[in-house]
Amino acid sequence: MIAGGVPVRLEEIHVRYPGADRAAIDGVSLSIEGGALVVLLGPSGCGKSTLLRTINGLVAPQSGRILIDGREITGVAPEQLRRGIGYVIQAVGLFPHMSVAQNIAVVPELIGWDAAKIRTRTDALLELVRLDPTRYRDRLPRQLSGGEQQRVGVARALAAEPRLLLMDEPFGAVDAIVRLALQDELRRIHEALGTTMLFVTHDVDEALRIADQIVVMRAGQVVQYGSPLHVLARPATPYVAELLDAADSVRRLQLLRSGDAMRPLPSAGAAAGWPHVDAAHTLREALSRLLDGADCVAVDRGDTVAGVLTFDDVRRALAAAA
Amino acid sequence: MLDLALHVRDHLLLAGAALALALLAGLPAGVWAARSDRFRQLALGTINVGRVIPSLAVLALMLPLLGIGFWPALVALTLLAVPPIAINTDIGLRGVPAAMVEAARGLGMTQGQVRARAEWPLALPVVFAGVRTATVEVIASATLAAFIGGGGLGEYILNGLAEADTQQLLEGAVSVSILALGAEALLGALERRLSTSVWGPA
Ligand SMILES: Nc1ncnc2c1ncn2[C@@H]1O[C@H](COP(=O)(O)OP(=O)(O)O)[C@@H](O)[C@H]1O
Ligand SMILES: [Mg+2]
Repeated sequence: MIAGGVPVRLEEIHVRYPGADRAAIDGVSLSIEGGALVVLLGPSGCGKSTLLRTINGLVAPQSGRILIDGREITGVAPEQLRRGIGYVIQAVGLFPHMSVAQNIAVVPELIGWDAAKIRTRTDALLELVRLDPTRYRDRLPRQLSGGEQQRVGVARALAAEPRLLLMDEPFGAVDAIVRLALQDELRRIHEALGTTMLFVTHDVDEALRIADQIVVMRAGQVVQYGSPLHVLARPATPYVAELLDAADSVRRLQLLRSGDAMRPLPSAGAAAGWPHVDAAHTLREALSRLLDGADCVAVDRGDTVAGVLTFDDVRRALAAAA
Repeated sequence: MLDLALHVRDHLLLAGAALALALLAGLPAGVWAARSDRFRQLALGTINVGRVIPSLAVLALMLPLLGIGFWPALVALTLLAVPPIAINTDIGLRGVPAAMVEAARGLGMTQGQVRARAEWPLALPVVFAGVRTATVEVIASATLAAFIGGGGLGEYILNGLAEADTQQLLEGAVSVSILALGAEALLGALERRLSTSVWGPA
């Protein structure tokens, strides 16, 4: 599969729907690096979907420029543009009269791939979203669970190897446990493909879990743009602080890795009897072990103990991240 | 004695012509109604008024306008067949999931591709059910055409009544019933196949 993602640039975008008394998008400028996973976060009605839909031409801005991979999109035929951009929506919108494989093949067929290539690609995509091709290929959408349908929705959006993927609250309709699994899968897919991803959500925890960068929006404007840790530690306005519940230190611990905060072991074998966390686990999990009653937590990398964490280390890491 | 084959032919010719005209008018009307709430209100209002008038009265109303014979019968039967076709077309198209259309557009289908590949395949079984209803209604009602000289199997019933000839009356009634039930069975089977090809096995 082809890896890589395109940069996206928005310059002073204004959108006003016919008959609306205020702008849905009110002067948004954003520069998104190629290959980044950027989350648009904000309450319902703040313009997240509208902004996403201007990027694939479903909504035409009154003014402003959109550049994808350095090229302005106004000259491109909208259908042509959209075939190169993946699009996933909350309601999924699979074609109910087509099998899973036919759904995934829609864009490759539109752009004229041959049958053999489509078939190979379809199976590879089903593997990518962790659905066994032999079991799922010929099923109809109504024979899938909500989570499985959205996996197919993601596979369909990625079918023609887009270098930009737009997702509008894709996991909003699935239950909490499935949502967590899908978020992890999305991170994994993002790491595997390097596609630029723009992900809309109003769920703060979801944004913090998956984002490289978060765009905080309010009433059609961007209020802050930065890494999850940055917006949590340095909320630009009281609105951002309140939206993200930034005063909640435990929330920030969720963004820090145990492996990054640990100190070397004082001596070999010192870790005997300590509880263990993995270096990839968050400091929240380490804190949890400490609160269980231990003074020290051993941090593992693979099979070996690589370091140690105490209450002080956790506090220090939190302060350093602020 | 009347020639049965000839009357069956006339009956089906009249019903078939009415159905063809009703499709020409009903399908576009249904499509328009599905896209415009204003037209839909207007069309439904008209249809509801039209429904209150019995078929025989429609035939009678045609008399001063079109005289008697094949043509007024054709017009009356067409008017009868348009509503089920238009209404089911409207329902079928409105039943297409909005999310699917949004996704189809977002994936880069043109307007025409959205219609041909996504909207119509889903609407078709419902539209076809309307066509089936219209067909059965038209075959049954074409019997009344005989009352204004439109020909068809109604002549058996008309003669049977006039001559108090029960056998002739029954011959007409049974023939019409067989045609109507046959059409119902045939189109019903087609409809189920269509539905299966769209939605997969139940
Ligand atoms: N198709 C539309 N026509 C008119 N107004 C719309 C349309 N879509 C969205 N809006 C309005 O634009 C604003 C932003 O909506 P939206 O982009 O959907 O917000 P979000 O996705 O953040 O919930 C809202 O005030 C909404 O009511
Ligand atoms: Mg939205």
